[in-house]
Amino acid sequence: MRRLPKDSPSSEITPEPLFWRRREFMKNAGLIGGTALVTGGSLQWLVGKSPPPDAPDTPPLPIAQLPSVAQHGQYDTAEPLNSFKDVSTYNNYYEFGLDKGDPSDNASGLRTRPWTITVEGEVANPQVIDIDTLLQWFPLEERIYRMRCVEAWSMVVPWLGFQLSDLVKRLEPTAKAKFIEFTTLFDPKQMPGQRFPVLEWPYVEGLRLDEALSPLTMMVVGLYGKMLPNQNGAPLRLVVPWKYGFKGIKSIVKIRFTEQQPRTSWALAAPDEYGFYANVNPAVDHPRWSQATERRIGELQRRKTLPFNGYGEWVADLYAGMDPRRLY
Amino acid sequence: MAVATEAEPRPAPPARRRGSAPYGWLKPGILLGAFVPVASMVQRAASGGLGANPIAEVENELGLAALIFLVAATACTPFRRLFGWTWPVRIRRELGLIAFFYALTHFLTYLVLDQFFDWGAIAADILKRPFITVGFTALVLLTPLAITSTNSWVKRLGFKRWQRLHWLLYPAVALAAVHFIWRVKADIRQPLTYALILAALLAVRLVLYLRKRYAAGETLS
Ligand code: HEM
Repeated sequence: MRRLPKDSPSSEITPEPLFWRRREFMKNAGLIGGTALVTGGSLQWLVGKSPPPDAPDTPPLPIAQLPSVAQHGQYDTAEPLNSFKDVSTYNNYYEFGLDKGDPSDNASGLRTRPWTITVEGEVANPQVIDIDTLLQWFPLEERIYRMRCVEAWSMVVPWLGFQLSDLVKRLEPTAKAKFIEFTTLFDPKQMPGQRFPVLEWPYVEGLRLDEALSPLTMMVVGLYGKMLPNQNGAPLRLVVPWKYGFKGIKSIVKIRFTEQQPRTSWALAAPDEYGFYANVNPAVDHPRWSQATERRIGELQRRKTLPFNGYGEWVADLYAGMDPRRLY
Repeated sequence: MAVATEAEPRPAPPARRRGSAPYGWLKPGILLGAFVPVASMVQRAASGGLGANPIAEVENELGLAALIFLVAATACTPFRRLFGWTWPVRIRRELGLIAFFYALTHFLTYLVLDQFFDWGAIAADILKRPFITVGFTALVLLTPLAITSTNSWVKRLGFKRWQRLHWLLYPAVALAAVHFIWRVKADIRQPLTYALILAALLAVRLVLYLRKRYAAGETLS
């Protein structure tokens, strides 16, 4: 039925065939649009990722004196820093999810106070240390280190912390202690990633005692002059700049001195891919990808990976006489 | 490019009014939707929304889109046989070509943005790293299918040979699933989901094929 008013001038009347064609066109356009919406929507849901969250607003460290920042100590790199946003929104922390954006999305529920660190094993002074007590023990120091992930990307990060060697000396390991083992918090309520058996939880990492005593090895409590964001391992984490990033265990609740080499998480999960030493070595490929080059976050082209991540002059001696191929 | 079972050289279609073909809206709709991820990536690239490692992000999203379209293309024949729907086979070629587009751009991202034409590293990757070896093989297998996806190629090869060639879809899609599984570090839930869907589709396909052969054998004897 034509619904046009009778008195329309004939030029405005849509001729019937055209009218039907238009109707069909509209119908088709609707169907095409609908199909596109459903296809595109579900596709985007499957493959797309939402943009990274903003950098967190971390409070300053709850200590009276801010670090007496030694301006560019001998271990600091002069390379440009990665932004606070990159460092705090792109990292691996499987306790909060497998995607590199997940830690910053999911770590806000982690309660880092009260927090204690249990010290046990081959040590003269086994004890439970409150994190705020620990923060008073040593002056904090900023260290600008390269961080090389085993996945072949890297960053330059201004960490804030103290040398692990200072802590070890204060705790007085016994003569039997050959290794130091660290354990992350286990609490699937706060760490949703622990609900899935992706790795054996809790995460365990370790060092040989002489590695722990290297002046480069840091216990880190801050980042960019402020408190460490949860997603980066608050309130206390390890940083070992000449090793792949997964050695840098986060949110530490236990330190144990041992005679035996600790059974570390990644070495347990995939022994042929991740070893105990995990020293950065461009000559030893990961079985599934090359370690010869890396992408510095923020740069377009890959750069060459350096042996010991460029820290060889200070740490290569630790491995004198060992087969470097066993040191991955 | 997917395996066709009913693409016998058809008589020229009767002159129909444009747009009135049944499901005439389906192909353009899917084509439009298929490029939503590309549009989204371009938009996020411009606004810094791809995160700290945009190259890896783009590479991964393109690879996943390729796999999804490969699985979708594989699903067409089983869906028609199981449910009697005809519309999936109408879009099979389109799905296959979109999959190829994504696989190719995924590879080009790897070649240009990730490795920056470092041929030595690329050759080492392809030869030495099983996950890349299988991904590359999948792409190589898909290439002749994309090239011969036109009607004139069906004629040129003859339907039987063309069909046999397009069976290559199955090894290609299986290798793509393996590529994904081998790539992840610890959590294989997501790649395993795709692999299981694919295994189910391939199982249906195999059963249908064996039944057909069996039936053909019966009539022969
Ligand atoms: C049919 C072909 C292919 C399909 C379906 C495919 C699919 C995928 C998928 C699903 C991923 C993982 C995405 C994620 O983790 O979210 C991936 C990653 C990857 N693919 Fe492919 N791929 C194919 C071919 C290739 C080829 C030919 C190469 C290179 C020679 C390649 C190199 C890579 C690399 C290097 C990654 C890891 C990217 C990164 O994390 O930086 N792929 N691919």
